[in-house]
Amino acid sequence: MIFDHDDGRGVSRRKILECMTWAGTGVLWTIAGGTPRSMGIIGEAAAAEASGLTFLQISDSHVGFDKPANPNALGTLEEAVGKIKALRVKPSFIIHTGDITHLSKPSEFDDADRIISQARFDVHYVPGEHDVLDEEVKLYRDRYGRGTKGAGWYSFDANGVHFIGLVNVVDLKAGSLGNLGNEQLEWLEDDLKGRTASTPIVVFAHIPLWSVYPAWGWGTEDAARALDYLKRFGSVTVLNGHIHQIMQKVEGNVTFHTAMSTAFPQPAPGTAPSPGPLKVADDKLRSLLGVTDVTFRRGQQRLAIIDQPLQR
Amino acid sequence: MTKIVSNIWVATALAAAVLAAAATFPAAPVQAADTEVKIHNFAFAPQRTTVKAGTTVTWINEDDIPHTVTSSSKLFKSRALDTGDKFSFTFTTPGTYEYFCSLHPHMTGAVVVEAATGSGATQ
Repeated sequence: MIFDHDDGRGVSRRKILECMTWAGTGVLWTIAGGTPRSMGIIGEAAAAEASGLTFLQISDSHVGFDKPANPNALGTLEEAVGKIKALRVKPSFIIHTGDITHLSKPSEFDDADRIISQARFDVHYVPGEHDVLDEEVKLYRDRYGRGTKGAGWYSFDANGVHFIGLVNVVDLKAGSLGNLGNEQLEWLEDDLKGRTASTPIVVFAHIPLWSVYPAWGWGTEDAARALDYLKRFGSVTVLNGHIHQIMQKVEGNVTFHTAMSTAFPQPAPGTAPSPGPLKVADDKLRSLLGVTDVTFRRGQQRLAIIDQPLQR
Repeated sequence: MTKIVSNIWVATALAAAVLAAAATFPAAPVQAADTEVKIHNFAFAPQRTTVKAGTTVTWINEDDIPHTVTSSSKLFKSRALDTGDKFSFTFTTPGTYEYFCSLHPHMTGAVVVEAATGSGATQ
């Protein structure tokens, strides 16, 4: 099944919603010049994407969560890692977009490490608000903070793509949303200086950097400044977690994408009294959990995003 | 909700007056003056509560997600409250105390503390 969403005038809301529906069942997204095209289901996609840089996004594992929405979050993380190990196209590395643990307990971090390390890939982390429950953010930084700035932001390069991990879950202000803060934004501006506009950029952070649904806190207060620094680049992909469901938005050359959780789903914006864990039928749970596979093909400026549920 | 809290206070104030008048009267339970704020569906309920100085306010988290109770003026801050966990703070000075959840900062609330000798108390 092929969808082509490039109508020459950008992507309509109706078409985006159509794609969102399909994303949950494994549609391949190819991004060319900021315009997404969904090319087919996972089976075709994996075969077509055998070259270039491939990495995985895993998010919101909430190790330690044991409530009715999923009494065994560690188990579903293990299933996700099993799926990663079985991939035909091996990723170069994994990024984890936060909420590794549910309550920032040392035992939860240990369990997460034990399971995720079984995939045998480098993992680049950013924290979620559940990982920084201790005042000093010591538990997270002791494990994942080496070589990072502030509460854990950093950048690195792979295959000509510049990756930027941002932290928007600390020092949150009353009545506000996610927060990057002045120090981190100044660092970001400096980090991007001197890079050519043709450098593909991938930004990853826990809370969405676009206003998904501010009434539930799903957005980042000062993201506009970060996006301003990024607007001169021809290909920007922003990967987030936090909302435990797939959403995508394209704005100019920036593609925003949120990943599924490996622990529990959350309701679509405004469809429930609160964004709390969504209890679904046991046989449906694994269709709402999963990981995201991202491929960049050198020279073509294309970046493909495939969401892979634990169970279709 | 404010009315209920107010009625509890009036009853407590009367009990305190009786206690003061007769030293042999059995001690009234201290918690009668206290009040509770539920954390439910990512909201504080009641969002704004009015109490007399000296009242202990207890927050209880009924969500499946942890929350905190964090004073905007840094007067108090709970640890992360898991499901069923409670946090208490005793307000001794009249004023308005704004607070929020430091994990989900769109969740805000306020405790308004009135002087203990205000209209509810019997002199």
